[in-house]
Amino acid sequence: MQRIGVFVCWCGSNIAATVDVHKVAETLAKEPGVVFSTNYQYMCSQAGQEMIQEAIHTHKLTGVVICSCSPRMHEGTFRKTCAAAGLNPYMVEIANIREQCSWIHKDMAEATEKAVILGRAAIAKVHLNAPLTAGTSPVTKRALVIGGGIAGIQTALDIADAGYEVDIVEKKPTIGGKMTQIDKTFPTLDCAACILTPKMVDAAQNEKIHIYSYSEVESVKGFVGNFHVTIRKKARFVDETKCTGCGDCTTKCPQKNVPNEFNLGMDNRRAIYIPFAQAVPKIATIDADYCTMLKTGKCGICSKVCAAGAIDYQQKDQLVEEEYGAIVVATGFDPISVEKFDEYAYSQSPDVVTSLEFERLMNAAGPTNGTLLRPSDKTHPHTLVFVQCVGSRCDGDGRGKSYCSKICCMYTAKHAMLCREKYPDTDVYVFYIDVRTPGKNFDEFYRRAVEEYGVHYIKGQVGKVVPENGKLKVQASDLLSNEQIHIDADMVILAAAIEPDKSARPLATMLTASMDTNDFFTEAHPKLRPVESPTAGIFLSGACQGPKDIPETVAQASAAAAKVLGLLAKDNLTCNPCVAQPDEMMCNGCSSCEKVCPYGAITYSDKEFRGPNRTTLIRRVASVNPAVCQGCGACTVACPSGAMDLKGFSNKQIMAEVDAICK
Amino acid sequence: MNKELAKQIQEIAGVNPRKCMKCGKCTATCPAFDVMEYHPHQFVDMVEKGKVEELMNSKGIWTCLSCMACIERCPRSVEPARVIEAVRVAVARQQGMDHLKPEQIPALLDEELPQQAITSAFRKYRK
Repeated sequence: MQRIGVFVCWCGSNIAATVDVHKVAETLAKEPGVVFSTNYQYMCSQAGQEMIQEAIHTHKLTGVVICSCSPRMHEGTFRKTCAAAGLNPYMVEIANIREQCSWIHKDMAEATEKAVILGRAAIAKVHLNAPLTAGTSPVTKRALVIGGGIAGIQTALDIADAGYEVDIVEKKPTIGGKMTQIDKTFPTLDCAACILTPKMVDAAQNEKIHIYSYSEVESVKGFVGNFHVTIRKKARFVDETKCTGCGDCTTKCPQKNVPNEFNLGMDNRRAIYIPFAQAVPKIATIDADYCTMLKTGKCGICSKVCAAGAIDYQQKDQLVEEEYGAIVVATGFDPISVEKFDEYAYSQSPDVVTSLEFERLMNAAGPTNGTLLRPSDKTHPHTLVFVQCVGSRCDGDGRGKSYCSKICCMYTAKHAMLCREKYPDTDVYVFYIDVRTPGKNFDEFYRRAVEEYGVHYIKGQVGKVVPENGKLKVQASDLLSNEQIHIDADMVILAAAIEPDKSARPLATMLTASMDTNDFFTEAHPKLRPVESPTAGIFLSGACQGPKDIPETVAQASAAAAKVLGLLAKDNLTCNPCVAQPDEMMCNGCSSCEKVCPYGAITYSDKEFRGPNRTTLIRRVASVNPAVCQGCGACTVACPSGAMDLKGFSNKQIMAEVDAICK
Repeated sequence: MNKELAKQIQEIAGVNPRKCMKCGKCTATCPAFDVMEYHPHQFVDMVEKGKVEELMNSKGIWTCLSCMACIERCPRSVEPARVIEAVRVAVARQQGMDHLKPEQIPALLDEELPQQAITSAFRKYRK
């Protein structure tokens, strides 16, 4: 028989205002095995913890039940308290009488009765608890960063700076991400390329960083500290070790009509290309969808002009296997497709562009070499209309996103300001619902656009845009003067909402990392653990977690690196001892558990068993790798013969709890 | 101010005017803007604040074309045209005028045309 101590916490008035804590302690004292029962204002306080430790010594307790808040909150605290007093930490059970009782009930009698029942269930479980000892697993001192935008680059640089190896996997031929396409950055208007490209070069030159460009993560196995990752290096048909990035091939290739994704299809590139001048690594890539040689076998010009002999039409995708201790997700964002919002005539006129397209039209390395020209007739535009919140802050119409994309107010102010500065003859209108500028020097920046640059900010929205006689007829509302206004514009710029990159969802499945309904990665705690995924060993960096501007992204990237370093600095990790364990005598070898295990922790092997009359039987039975098992319990449910049990949560223990509740 | 009636109108319309974020896209879209003294975003605001009597006495509610453009484009699914239709219904009920007999409806139905357009137009031209 266990000697159990019961400790009922008031949690100030959180519990005590709805639950009669004295009555709970008195009632539970009469339960079998309970030798001590008390209540106290704050069990988690120093005094409360000492009270528990003293009771363990005086009453020679073998089990402890704490009726308090959720085990998510203080199970760890109380386990430590008891361990310090010499009790095995897994002999502690928490009865959640706050979140699951006092907070959700109003009637004191009812809540007290329920608290007693919850306490009784915990006592019933402690009777069957056995001391458990946690094992350890080693940590692979190497990190993987998925995505090579500014977030991924910053995280990798910080990890490498601390002396650990780090790999970046980037699906595009170059690292740099969205920031490479941006012209100037708010609120300081420094050039994006000037601050980004040195970081790209730093990453490439750092001997601790290895960049897998034009590569994707194929599969992820293992667990925190011990991830096994397969990376697919896509065939770029150019030998990376030989290519010098001279670019001769990219000027000689006869296939000239490939839409250039770097300029969002507003100009063309060749079938063999380097995305832009400062690409890292600066290696040519053949686009297999357009290359005449790869499609028909007739051409081979790039191979002839390449002095380094780097072209290899036979190249195949390559699979690389690597081991990592930690994984950082930095998959970033994309603007949504605005075709669903055709009242703005995006598909009807080339002069209606998205903000990212406008960014390229203003950029010196863009399709117009930095001169703002209307895409339709290459003339100078005089009237520009910016539309905010295209697809952001939508609800229930199925076309847009429910969230605020956060960056649009600021980049639109930047676009409007740059436009007025470069071309003072322009009239610039910005239609807004709200102007949101929280951030250092952000509101000052927006006010400058209005006050110094004379941008017309109008509170209202654009209802429709109709292309007519080379103009864009804009019909909009001005809510402050209660008018409907009509503008003949030359260009309309849409601030499209942003969404997580499409690769994020399949990646989340691979990593068993959770996502919200918008496919943004979920953080372990929205305030206190913002850069960790709830899945151990997975960290979040940048816009894959939510819309972010560059300063915020860089801050989060460094924060993620700090968390990774905290993990990599450890030689061993303490495992969760609550893992699955099969009863070999009951196991029938059906493999059901092996099939449902999401961590690949279960294997089968033939084992010898003693049969009747001194015979030997060979039977196929399951075994669990305790370092890999995460204690999810899927196998215990799948097992048809009841052979699989979870330590600390055995079927017997759970049934005992149910019996105690139903008594 | 008639909060009770405003609540009734909200129930008839089946929309929650509190969802409106005052973006003005409905008013920007409205083709009948010039012939209305109150505009779509104002209908929603007035119904939310309980100023329904002013709205019911205005001619503007009968100049709404029920073209549904505001419903189509509202990013918050507030659907101003349904609010205005509910106001018209409230007027009709108040006056005790039931212009349309249920048995007349099937003959008026057209797959291409929103049913609401038929009923609202019907009342207007019989008025």
